[in-house]
Amino acid sequence: MASHAQAQKWSFRITPIRVLLLLLSAVATAIIIYRLVTGLGTVTNLNDEWPWGLWIGFDVLCGVALAGGGYGTALIVHVLHRDYFHPIARSAMLTSLIGYLLVMAGLFLDIGQWFNFWRPFVSWGHSSVLFEVFWCVSCYTTVQILEFGEIATERVGKRFHNIFKAALPVLMIVGIIFPTLHQSSLGALYLLMVDKLYPLWWSPIIFLFFLMSSFFVGPAMICVETTLAGKAYDHWIPIPVLRKLIRISGYAMIVYLVLKIFDLANRGVFNLVFSGTFEANMFLIEMIFGIIIPIFICFSNFSASRSGLFTFGLLVSLGVVLNRMNVVITGMIRSTGVSYVPSLAEFTVSAGLVAMGVLAYCFIVENFRILEHEEHHGHAA
Amino acid sequence: MSKGVLVDLTKCVGCGSCTVACKLYNDTKWDEKQPTVGPNVKLSDKNWTVVKFHEVKDKEGRPVWRFVKQQCFHCKEPACASACFAKAFQKTKEGPVIYYPHLCVGCRYCMVACPFNVPKYEWEKPFPLVTKCMMCSNKVAKGEAPACVSVCPAGVFKYGDREELLKEAKAIIAKDPKYVKHIFGEQEVGGTEWIYISDIPFEQLGFKTNVTKRPLPSYTAAYMHATPYVGIAWGVVLTGLYHYTKRRNQIAKENNKNIKA
Repeated sequence: MASHAQAQKWSFRITPIRVLLLLLSAVATAIIIYRLVTGLGTVTNLNDEWPWGLWIGFDVLCGVALAGGGYGTALIVHVLHRDYFHPIARSAMLTSLIGYLLVMAGLFLDIGQWFNFWRPFVSWGHSSVLFEVFWCVSCYTTVQILEFGEIATERVGKRFHNIFKAALPVLMIVGIIFPTLHQSSLGALYLLMVDKLYPLWWSPIIFLFFLMSSFFVGPAMICVETTLAGKAYDHWIPIPVLRKLIRISGYAMIVYLVLKIFDLANRGVFNLVFSGTFEANMFLIEMIFGIIIPIFICFSNFSASRSGLFTFGLLVSLGVVLNRMNVVITGMIRSTGVSYVPSLAEFTVSAGLVAMGVLAYCFIVENFRILEHEEHHGHAA
Repeated sequence: MSKGVLVDLTKCVGCGSCTVACKLYNDTKWDEKQPTVGPNVKLSDKNWTVVKFHEVKDKEGRPVWRFVKQQCFHCKEPACASACFAKAFQKTKEGPVIYYPHLCVGCRYCMVACPFNVPKYEWEKPFPLVTKCMMCSNKVAKGEAPACVSVCPAGVFKYGDREELLKEAKAIIAKDPKYVKHIFGEQEVGGTEWIYISDIPFEQLGFKTNVTKRPLPSYTAAYMHATPYVGIAWGVVLTGLYHYTKRRNQIAKENNKNIKA
């Protein structure tokens, strides 16, 4: 196997879709450079009423949540030693790594004094939840790069492979602590917005909701990703493995739903759910399509099919995206008084970052052992 | 004891001298498109204080004008300072909440966190900073009143010890029945250094009256205190689980082998 890998050349197939993605990445890169030189006002529709917009909402909050599959998988496979799920481990953690690198990029281009990004490393605003997010996300991205080192050194810098392999258990454990902390902290950022964020989303335990949703969206993203990768590379993860995996999500989502209802009732705002307002309807869409229907799919026979798994994955992932966008935008409209529609440039950059992620994923999958990792597991199942 | 300003809205005539003094002292640019006095004025990166005109009805139902000076309220426990992850906003012991531009990363969490939407951003600049009223902290540190306060020809402001001013405000509204029985800034978000009294209910004058009375930093303080302990405990649990499940799998494998043999 090793000699085979050595003989293999670096490859990157060019297909029409990839040309499109490359083009999108190039346009986004041009806008990013223009933005970094000219400022935020010229490129974005952000203003004093809307200091945070699409880039924080989608690139950062959604990006981190959707990359939650990495720490969940690390927990299940490498700490709890559920070897049954081994076939998905590498691709899930790769998606997570790419996700975090994109989040870092998104954050970097959203901050006004981008050359000053390192400041919180020396000037400790330790009362700020964002301080914790900053440190945890930075450390976790580093940990993930080191974790990827174990895969990379199978091919490049082989003499370091054993060091990485030996460090892996420690990296895995550290690499679970950090995301647990900052996934919840991203929600805790909004604890301060008690008078601004609409009560359907603001909650004294919003951090718990963020943490739980980042956990159950992991297997959902894995379903989406393995379906797409399966089509592209004709490499299919056995259905029972995925089905068992989304059961974990299913149970977490039931707890989430119960906790959400309890929290709304406890704060006396449950009646807002059916008040017919814009916020209420967005909340209902989020809960029905992102939580309730997927729970039914998860525990029905539909999830025994590829299309069922894909539908589940797509609904839950989009549900979490909608939840984060609702917190950042929908839930803030009423207190802000004016609405916000992202500019074309903001959309292009967000889409371009996703395109870069997809291209990076394809390149790595085609050049490192991600999908074909420990094939005997796949055959045995 | 921190310093504060008592604003008596019944005395303001809307001349805008305070906004001019602010621009002169802080050297902020005049912008024709963004006036500092009038019915549609807004705080901005250039206007750290504005005087907004409100046409309202008095107790007898007659239309009257009231003029409300807006600027940072200088919370006793500011959300912006607790939100900043680089300590770019800091509360001074004299009262003003001040901004250190060299520490600012430009994340704008302060703007989202401020319950009154006071911090503003230099959106037009390539490397924008956050701006807001700093209560002329250099003057306050020397025991002088802020620039806006010192130029008022109508005697709207009283500068001094915040707790003394609060007592005074209470005495004024108790004695004179024209005032509404509410001192804005006494309890809002745990209290602010700038406090207001008025004869027209505050919500009619654009004040955000439905804010919490709890200091905002207290919403995240417990969370932040718990974080390191949760992190360490979680690490211990994970390490334990790692070794336990690994050993369990090993034993299971050995047992399987024995059965097969």
